[in-house]
Amino acid sequence: MATILTKNTKVLVQGITGHQGTFNAGQMMEFGTKVVGGVTPGKGGETVLGLPVFDTMVEAVKETGANTSIVFVPAPFARDAVLEAIDSGVKTIAVITERIPVRDSLEFIQYAKLSGTRIIGPNCPGLASPGKAKVGIMPNSIFSKGKIGVVSRSGTLTYEIVNALTEAGLGQSTVIGIGGDPVIGTSFIEALSLFEKDGETDAVVLIGEIGGTAEEEAAEFIESRMSKPAYAYIAGRTAPPGKRMGHAGAIIARGRGTAQSKISSLEEAGVRVASIPAEVPKIILKEV
Amino acid sequence: MKLLEYRAKRLFDSYGIPIPDGYIVRSPEELLNVSFPTVLKAQVPVGGRGKAGGVKSASTLQEARTAAVGILGLIISGYTPKEILVERKLAIEREIYLSVTIDRSGRIPLLLASSEGGMEIENVPDEKIGKWHIHPFIGIQGYQIREICSYLRIEDPQRRELSELLRNLWKLFWENDCELAEVNPLIQTQDGRLVAGDAKITINDDSLYRHKDLLNLEEELTPLEREAKEKGIAFVQLDGEIGVIANGAGLTMATLDNLALYGGRGGVFLDLGGTDDPKKTEQAFEFIIKASPRVILLNIFGGMTKCDSVAEGVLAVKNKLDISIPVVVRIRGMNEQQGRDMLSGAGIIAFKDLDEACRKASELGGA
Repeated sequence: MATILTKNTKVLVQGITGHQGTFNAGQMMEFGTKVVGGVTPGKGGETVLGLPVFDTMVEAVKETGANTSIVFVPAPFARDAVLEAIDSGVKTIAVITERIPVRDSLEFIQYAKLSGTRIIGPNCPGLASPGKAKVGIMPNSIFSKGKIGVVSRSGTLTYEIVNALTEAGLGQSTVIGIGGDPVIGTSFIEALSLFEKDGETDAVVLIGEIGGTAEEEAAEFIESRMSKPAYAYIAGRTAPPGKRMGHAGAIIARGRGTAQSKISSLEEAGVRVASIPAEVPKIILKEV
Repeated sequence: MKLLEYRAKRLFDSYGIPIPDGYIVRSPEELLNVSFPTVLKAQVPVGGRGKAGGVKSASTLQEARTAAVGILGLIISGYTPKEILVERKLAIEREIYLSVTIDRSGRIPLLLASSEGGMEIENVPDEKIGKWHIHPFIGIQGYQIREICSYLRIEDPQRRELSELLRNLWKLFWENDCELAEVNPLIQTQDGRLVAGDAKITINDDSLYRHKDLLNLEEELTPLEREAKEKGIAFVQLDGEIGVIANGAGLTMATLDNLALYGGRGGVFLDLGGTDDPKKTEQAFEFIIKASPRVILLNIFGGMTKCDSVAEGVLAVKNKLDISIPVVVRIRGMNEQQGRDMLSGAGIIAFKDLDEACRKASELGGA
């Protein structure tokens, strides 16, 4: 996925001095990511894991040449942090923070459009290309290098399925967690179109869930614009209408956003849909 | 969070959106200075109250009191109304639909307008609904307002009123972190006024920390769900017999679906979040016990979660709470074999495979 993540991607960690920020900066470095520093207002001049901490994003980008940032800043301050990142000139921003007000997300996503900055998330586990780099919080141990692209609205469910792929000998090119909020910066369609163009990806796994119509739109895109085979799993077949199932975006509202509607749209588009997570590698192996 | 109608109307009023004259009563005795004809409306956070008998007209005080007694005795989708909104009945010329919501795919607010007001918008055919995206950086524009007025065939003098109302509705939506601000119906009265007949407002839950003034206790939640919300636990009550605890919302949903494959039905959805803190595990079990499931299924997939410390938490909680119902555990992550051995030693059924754990839990649940 050379357009957003390579071996040479230089990453800044916003909120690096917090517990999550420090821990995940370390994990990303173990994965092989070039983490070049962090930003925490008021903590400039300190070091974390041997990395320089800056007060502002502009300063951090100037000193390190970073092109990517990952945001761990708490929800009430996340909007400011993402806007700052956009103005600093980085090209990709992964927003891990959960429970950001939708209005704030709408604002920074619309603002990012003006400069062509890519936002991934919010409320997402980030992205990883095994053997290259990880900008996110997905556990390092689940990955193996290969040709399958994975795009998902979920966190731990992605780990579950990626791990199952790895155990079945199906390595991954890139795994993108696009986030579980109703409004997100990178959609299924945008991620799928990146995979379609990506020379290192041969097939794609889409992991969706109830709520909204993103999977239906993805199905349309797969049918009309994708040549690579696609497989899917949709969570929430048994979810009752009107209840928010943990993720802010996972709700069957006014009869829309059911798992059944998503599964039939995908199947009609020629996508094979697994009924349980463990079945995902099986349906891929059956075809190859 | 959904606001009750009268609270949504108060918010309308503070933004200059006209509402009918009205007030709230909590008992029939509070009905005093009523101007007839009047309408009494049950205040519940769910739709369909009209069909359930929650909206009644009255033309005498006696009728109004009888209606109030009836409404306060209703149960509407599980909610007993505690308040009745008493409003002057309007002489209706026509009914319009207006709302502002969020277009998730477009990542931009969306205004909907229709001449088919007064019914649920899902029942209005798509070609009879007008749609306008409103960019948050510039707000609703004059040309859009002119388009909407023409679309609804609104002429002067109501045109001026509707223009003002549209600007105010947008402002209310944006300033209050709404997911939905709906006027349905917007009533054009026989004497030519525009008045909000009903009001539906949903505030984005994640923004509530900055809207403390709007906090609403009468939500669409069961008492246990409300308690969970106050404690910050993602918890949903369902109809089945298996209490499911997992880490992560997607994984929890997938676990419920996998159970269904074997006839098992989830009774509780509890997302533990990304943690192996034994205190959280304990809190989760305490909660799930309150929902009295027949079986508990704990599914932890942790790349970095230490399974032995999860096991330790489960054992501690089992002893402390004296849990007698069967507990099925599936854990993956660091030190997983050690964790499973600890659990098996204490009579808890521990699996590596999710599918097998679901089969076992379903069987124990009586499926």
